[in-house]
Amino acid sequence: MNKILAIAGVVIKELYRRKDFYVLFVLTALITLLLGSVNFFHDDRIARYLKEICLLLIWISALVIAITTTARQIPAERENRTIFPLLAKPVTRAQVITGKFLGCWLAVAVALAVFYLFFGVISGSREHAWPVLKYFQALWLQWTMLAVVIALVLFGSVIFTSPAENVTICFFAVLGILLLGGHLNTVALGQKEPARTMLYTLYFLIPHLEWFDVRDIIIYDWPRIPWLDCLLATLYAAVYVVVFLFAAWLVFRRKVLAT
Amino acid sequence: MSSILRTEDLRVEYRSRDLKQTVNLALKGLNLNVSAGEVFGFLGPNGAGKTTTMNVLLGYVKPTEGTAHLFDVDVREPIARQRIGYLPELTYYYKFLTVEELLRFYASLFEIPKLEAESRIDRLLKLVELEHARRQPIRTYSKGMQQRAGLAQALINNPDLLLLDEPTSGLDPLGRMKVREIIRRLKEEGKTVFFSSHELGEVETICDRVAILHQGELKVEGRVDDLMARYHCNLEQVFLKVVEYQPQP
Repeated sequence: MNKILAIAGVVIKELYRRKDFYVLFVLTALITLLLGSVNFFHDDRIARYLKEICLLLIWISALVIAITTTARQIPAERENRTIFPLLAKPVTRAQVITGKFLGCWLAVAVALAVFYLFFGVISGSREHAWPVLKYFQALWLQWTMLAVVIALVLFGSVIFTSPAENVTICFFAVLGILLLGGHLNTVALGQKEPARTMLYTLYFLIPHLEWFDVRDIIIYDWPRIPWLDCLLATLYAAVYVVVFLFAAWLVFRRKVLAT
Repeated sequence: MSSILRTEDLRVEYRSRDLKQTVNLALKGLNLNVSAGEVFGFLGPNGAGKTTTMNVLLGYVKPTEGTAHLFDVDVREPIARQRIGYLPELTYYYKFLTVEELLRFYASLFEIPKLEAESRIDRLLKLVELEHARRQPIRTYSKGMQQRAGLAQALINNPDLLLLDEPTSGLDPLGRMKVREIIRRLKEEGKTVFFSSHELGEVETICDRVAILHQGELKVEGRVDDLMARYHCNLEQVFLKVVEYQPQP
């Protein structure tokens, strides 16, 4: 475990020493701060709308950070050839994959925590209400969803040689799932065979990332989600993480790395 | 003396990615045996198979046939790398880290306790003369400094076997001298050093034994003195004879 944590530590250090990360980070924080603090005409609907934009922005920024950070991990190790001294140590390729995953996931957690803290403080100080548990549920489920995304991108990064290619494909795949994934079964009903079976199979195979999107409980002040549902969603995500990481390890362990 | 590094009938084939899948034989049944405390020079022209051998020993490439062992452990097992230090030809380190952080990271991969790791880092930075730059990111280092940082990372686990891939390539005369001094010091400490190099003068002065590889085959192996006596010439000329070099008329 120490080795995995050490690899994760390097991933986190790299992310927090990159300038592009700070640009996105500061930009999101600023927009959240501005949109969250203004109060147009004391209209609740506008306030809600601004909240929605802020949370959407947090979702997009976190996705961009997660995908771009993860996509370059293994390809950059190979391109900069840092993988060679790393694998010359008593480290297995499974530990490298797990360490990279953990590093990206923890780095995203810090970014998410700061985004939500900004948003929560601004929104709470204006509305004089502090629904901390709701914020925690939204943050937790988004972070859990990002674990699946990070594992998927890591799997992509051992298949595709170019990080740009991986980023593009994974970004479209994730957006596709988020926007269309939940409607695949309805679409399948209107299809003939074999398209219907194929769409149903796809519906049951893909990770339903849209289930983790609970922004509405904050925006519309809906009641909290039952904790059991949160736990089940976490377990559901864990299954996909394990599957994607296992697939990444299977491909990576067979990769010929020649200096 | 006990064998530290051993390869038996090591054969490595690379298949091209085209449809024909042409087979390129990088190693053709290599047998090597390096004993404890030796400084072993691994020589050969470019494309001879030196790097492939290193790649197999470090577990980067799986042999098509044959076996390779470090400390009697199959090189495919990560534990085989517990007692080795590896210095690549070029500096392949995380440039955003400082040398101190880099050494701390590698120390944690060897599961060296924190206090012990800190004292080793101090000692190694002194040895490679990088104490003054310990908190600077590696990207700000000169090539010589980066190579010395590389040497420090190769020694972090106090290895019994050092694998050095052209350790002095690209260094200025002072840098080369420094690396040679360190290799000599390690030899005095009883460490085993296995290194590939094109600097035959350097090999002649440092190595106890050498092996000359050509087109994936081991052509000659023996003590440096014995080889020079057998061929009645210096190591460079031995090398040229073994690889059947023909000067252009």
